[in-house]
Amino acid sequence: MTATLFDALLALLLVWLGWRTVVSTNLFNAVVLFVIFGLLMVLCWARLGAPDVALAEAAIGAGLTAALLLEAYRDLTGNDPHHVHDVEDSPLRWPLAALCGLLFLGLVATGWQLAPPTELGETVHARVAESGVENPVTAVLLNFRGYDTLLEVAVLMLALLGVWATNGPHATLGSRQTLDPDSALIDAMVRLLVPMAALVCSYLLWAGAHAPGGAFQAGAVLAGAGVLLHLAERLQPLGTASTSSRALVTVGLFVFVAVACYPLVYGGRLLAYPDGQTKALIFLVEAALTVSIAHSLTLMFSGGRAFQRGRR
Amino acid sequence: MSQLTLYGLAAAALFALGLYGLLAYAHLLRKILAVNVMGNAVFLFLVALGRTDPQQTNPVPHAMVLTGIVITVSATAFALALARRLHREVGAVDLDAQSRRGEALDSTQTEESGKS
Repeated sequence: MTATLFDALLALLLVWLGWRTVVSTNLFNAVVLFVIFGLLMVLCWARLGAPDVALAEAAIGAGLTAALLLEAYRDLTGNDPHHVHDVEDSPLRWPLAALCGLLFLGLVATGWQLAPPTELGETVHARVAESGVENPVTAVLLNFRGYDTLLEVAVLMLALLGVWATNGPHATLGSRQTLDPDSALIDAMVRLLVPMAALVCSYLLWAGAHAPGGAFQAGAVLAGAGVLLHLAERLQPLGTASTSSRALVTVGLFVFVAVACYPLVYGGRLLAYPDGQTKALIFLVEAALTVSIAHSLTLMFSGGRAFQRGRR
Repeated sequence: MSQLTLYGLAAAALFALGLYGLLAYAHLLRKILAVNVMGNAVFLFLVALGRTDPQQTNPVPHAMVLTGIVITVSATAFALALARRLHREVGAVDLDAQSRRGEALDSTQTEESGKS
């Protein structure tokens, strides 16, 4: 009973936050509300028994997306937090609202008839022992559906190339002046949080084989540390990509492709891990992915193509 | 009410709200937020649908949503970079202003060509 009440409250809060994000006239409020929405999604994943998703949402959905959105808000509005009003003035807004209301009813009616899929989940649980890892989500991501993950890493790299191409050669980098990088508080925070993030990253990477965690959560936590180092001017973004930066961005994809193609050498199938080496190979791929994901996400945030040691 | 009913209803409402925000508002940052709300609604529905039995969870939707979250943040970063570029090029952050400016440019060009 209490659990149902909690679920109902959470669902209501989510819808309310989503609604305020969409209709709030002040865009800064909308961004902050969306960040809170992301944090409540974390609770929601925990309630739905999806700890892997909750970890990823906390690090990526609520953490990095928030940093990206706030940064973009500042750039797009000229750092004027209280004077950006965005009101819908479209003459079509009532028809649109009616249409979206109809869509809601249609979605509810369709969703009601959908039978929950169970066969695939049972198959995964039955055969997880053959995958080389004990965590079923990691087994799906890197063994049963390795193809999806391989393409996902390629999409991440493409998005980074898109950001680089869009920024062009005239990107303004490293002019923040929003916080004092010399203050004792920032220094203490960096000294404490960055090693902690590195520790959490290694734990998540190692734990991914048998408990909630894995390359994506680990990479996102490390990217959080990178964003902090960048904001505190310990890492200086550069406008041109260095060889080491390119190598860090691509190592995940290259290692994954190499491991995927390795069975082809002796007549096996693409992405079929050789017997006995599955766990080691999955860990190798995950470690390489963590590095690439962390580096790509930090570069996406800073808009730069490489990093050098900052002035401090 | 079951968890699926509660979160399924919330997901449907969030998807419709996000679509409204995407269509009715002009500011690009709002559109990006709205698309993110829609994406989260889809993820919520997938995971809620996979949770039929509280004792045993279905890992397939979890893995799909994990992949989806990473793709979403990549797409968001790319979209924000495009919005920044638009802001730098035309000084506006909404597509309407950009098209208005485009029309203004067209008309001045036509006038100029008419003069010559």
